[in-house]
Amino acid sequence: MSETPIILHEKQYGEIKAVLTKLRHDAASDVAFLIDKNGQSIAVDGDVTGLDTTSLASLAAGNVAATGGMAQLIGEREFPTLAHEGENGNLYICVIGRALLVVVFNERSSLGLVKLRTKQASRELLPIIENLTAPATVAKAAADAGMFADITDEDIDSLFN
Amino acid sequence: MTFINYAAREINCKIVYYGPGLCGKTTNLQYVYDQQPNATRGKLISLATETDRTLFFDFMPLELGSVRGFKTRFHLYTVPGQVFYDASRKLILKGVDGVVFVADSQEERMDANIESLYNLEEHLGSHGYDLKKLPYVLQLNKRDLPTALPVEEIVAELNKKDEPIHEAVAAKGTGVFDTLKSVAKQVLTELRKS
Repeated sequence: MSETPIILHEKQYGEIKAVLTKLRHDAASDVAFLIDKNGQSIAVDGDVTGLDTTSLASLAAGNVAATGGMAQLIGEREFPTLAHEGENGNLYICVIGRALLVVVFNERSSLGLVKLRTKQASRELLPIIENLTAPATVAKAAADAGMFADITDEDIDSLFN
Repeated sequence: MTFINYAAREINCKIVYYGPGLCGKTTNLQYVYDQQPNATRGKLISLATETDRTLFFDFMPLELGSVRGFKTRFHLYTVPGQVFYDASRKLILKGVDGVVFVADSQEERMDANIESLYNLEEHLGSHGYDLKKLPYVLQLNKRDLPTALPVEEIVAELNKKDEPIHEAVAAKGTGVFDTLKSVAKQVLTELRKS
């Protein structure tokens, strides 16, 4: 496989969640969430009632992938930030290593404030994200996860019954 | 690339349906979506043109149940089949855990099948994957059409590594779940190995 898997433990989840909570508060935003570049949701903070975070994560990842493709066509490595402004709701997306930080905000905040606070949060999140895919973390997880080796054919079959 | 979330006790995997234009990739997903109970199904996102051709991708999350206390969630994607959306196809393959190649059984689409399969191998290679090592299923769709070639003929052209082969009529649901089950099982077996 070309990429190491992402392994998220409780401790790292807590650290990420704390950064997201602070960011959401400081940026006066509605929701802040971290997803991986393939659209898998890692952690969410805020009131997500009525918000389909799974679909939003997948579309945000697709959006970043598409704009990243465009960036490469003009000789850029990637476009590290994306902003979408609507009448009431706005989105700000920031690339942090193999993850994306997505902030949903409305007229209570402003793009400038969100950009500023997101930059600070990115600096805090980067080492945590790098740790999620570090070989040592993955090796430890693999050792911890003897449980996956114990998955039987019957376990797998039972999912489809 | 499997994402194991110990905090939420979830295993997330990505499966991509690949194949030439109009082979039935979206129809496969639509059928799976239609069969899910309202209470548990997520949304089917379809980024399509005004004429319902896939423009970027279709996406649906599928929760299958728990294995060893971990919820298994599959993210199902299709690629746009039309030749000129090549850059999009490549993007969607990034991080894939398993691939379903949906072949159109009609004689006049064999060249398109072969070209698309070649395209799949090329894009997987550019992401560092090898089709021969990846969970992979070949689905022979549109078996009900009078112009469908015999299975042996298609298999002789498209078979890559003794992968599971499923005959299907996706519009009626025939073979759709067998295909999905087949690739999902390989993905989970791969997880067990790793």
